[in-house]
Amino acid sequence: MHKFEYASPKTLDQAVALLGSNWSEAEVLAGGTDLLSLMKDFVETPKRVVNIKDIPDLKGIRMVRDGSARIGALATIDQLIDAFGKTVPAISDAGMGITSPQIRSMGTLGGDLCQRPRCWYYRAGYGLLAKGENGDALVPNGDNRYHAILGNRGPAYFVSASSFGPALVALKARILIHGAGGKREVDADKFFVAPTSDSGREYDLRPNEIVVGVSIPSTLGVRSATYEVRQKEALDWPLAAASVALKMDRSKKVTEAGIALGHVAPTPWNAAEAASWLVGKTVTEDVAAEAGKIALAGAMALSRNAYKIQLARVAVKRAILKAAM
Amino acid sequence: MSSSDERHDNSADRGEAGSESGVSRRNFLKGSGVALTIPLVAKGENVGQAAGVPIHGPGKVNITLNINGASRSASVEPRVTLLEALRHDLDVTGAKRVCDRATCGACTVIMDGNLVYACSVLAIEAQGKKIETVEGLEQNGRLHPVQQAFVDNDAQQCGFCTPGFVMSTKHLLDKHPTPTPEQIEMGLGGNLCRCGTYHGIKAAVAQASRRRGGRRNG
Repeated sequence: MHKFEYASPKTLDQAVALLGSNWSEAEVLAGGTDLLSLMKDFVETPKRVVNIKDIPDLKGIRMVRDGSARIGALATIDQLIDAFGKTVPAISDAGMGITSPQIRSMGTLGGDLCQRPRCWYYRAGYGLLAKGENGDALVPNGDNRYHAILGNRGPAYFVSASSFGPALVALKARILIHGAGGKREVDADKFFVAPTSDSGREYDLRPNEIVVGVSIPSTLGVRSATYEVRQKEALDWPLAAASVALKMDRSKKVTEAGIALGHVAPTPWNAAEAASWLVGKTVTEDVAAEAGKIALAGAMALSRNAYKIQLARVAVKRAILKAAM
Repeated sequence: MSSSDERHDNSADRGEAGSESGVSRRNFLKGSGVALTIPLVAKGENVGQAAGVPIHGPGKVNITLNINGASRSASVEPRVTLLEALRHDLDVTGAKRVCDRATCGACTVIMDGNLVYACSVLAIEAQGKKIETVEGLEQNGRLHPVQQAFVDNDAQQCGFCTPGFVMSTKHLLDKHPTPTPEQIEMGLGGNLCRCGTYHGIKAAVAQASRRRGGRRNG
């Protein structure tokens, strides 16, 4: 790890003022489970680290009577599981998929959204877009068994590692941001972006902006679930995941639907076509399976990850069935 | 990407005793491009100010940690992790360094009641928090019931992962005195044993939970 200077501001304005106008200048430290590893591997080499854990405005989960919620960026994964276990399983299921109590107690919601890709080319120093010496993309013909099957026409081929991103997209949440220019909000769906350069980021943040929280619209009457297809139960990222949020009428017909996939694309993948197809249907195993097929209709395998397409279809099917249960 | 020399630089792991070579603070700041930094106010303390907030480092700063109830002081760079400060600066070597990447759990300690990977906490940010390591479990020469259970059930082979597993087990049983098999798996899911002693560890958890007055599960 390179040397850096360290600050622990108490207010958001102080924190923002301490950040640089370029990504290489400063990094935000919250749970630290990703940032410190990146710095030890010299993938990130900030000159300053700004610890935001002492900023009270970033803490807490506020449940509002109308069924909406406001979650501070510093809410830990444990706190999310506790707060939403009964009401919004899409969120708590995603948290339970992080099968290390240490990560669940240290890791934060903001950190989950802003963690960097787990792509092994990126982590080994080949850059976000994983290029070889001649500038050629290494992933399409390389070891891409865990890489993207959707949104993978380049130049980004990694998958978003966010556990909560798909749930937030399915729930139509908004990401709350504070920067030098003041506050702004962005739809969870728009917050995640596929970078087009090695110096880009996978989210819509400027270098001197911080995610301060997430607002979840009312979940009264919403049935939700997250389903992960995993290689093992031990600590690892899923091979494919899907989050679903449904509203159903008395005859069990779907009246509103949100479906998003994780670990299949450089961003959480909004399966909007599958969601609108699902509206008006009664959920059965066949209907859920068909929604999975529609969600993956545009998928394209790289050389070694065709298996993920079927896993992702199954994730969508099972998440729908779990939500509708 | 840095040079290969830097990739293998373990100086921070040893607390960089006496090393002041490398980039001077003045040159560092010149090159840093970080706005608003005012140079050192307290000479030798490596504390400056920006945006009304103290800026620590990049040189060594004095910190105080509360470890197993005792106040311990050290002088470390901000980049030094809690694990490194414990092992190299304070000679508290129970927590082990293995992956150093928030994965294996050998460095597990309890901080303010939360189970954490000490490799992924900066020492400077651990100030003011109550840190419990495996060294703090033994009382008056008697092993903690969790430690005794690991001994009794041969719950280790090489033993390098053991302090981490012991801390995770203590934390698990503090939370769930009579854990179900699923709670044991979730509670110890952040620790790895490459020798594969999981069977003995599960038996140790069962024994420790009974010792603590729990009802046997399973």
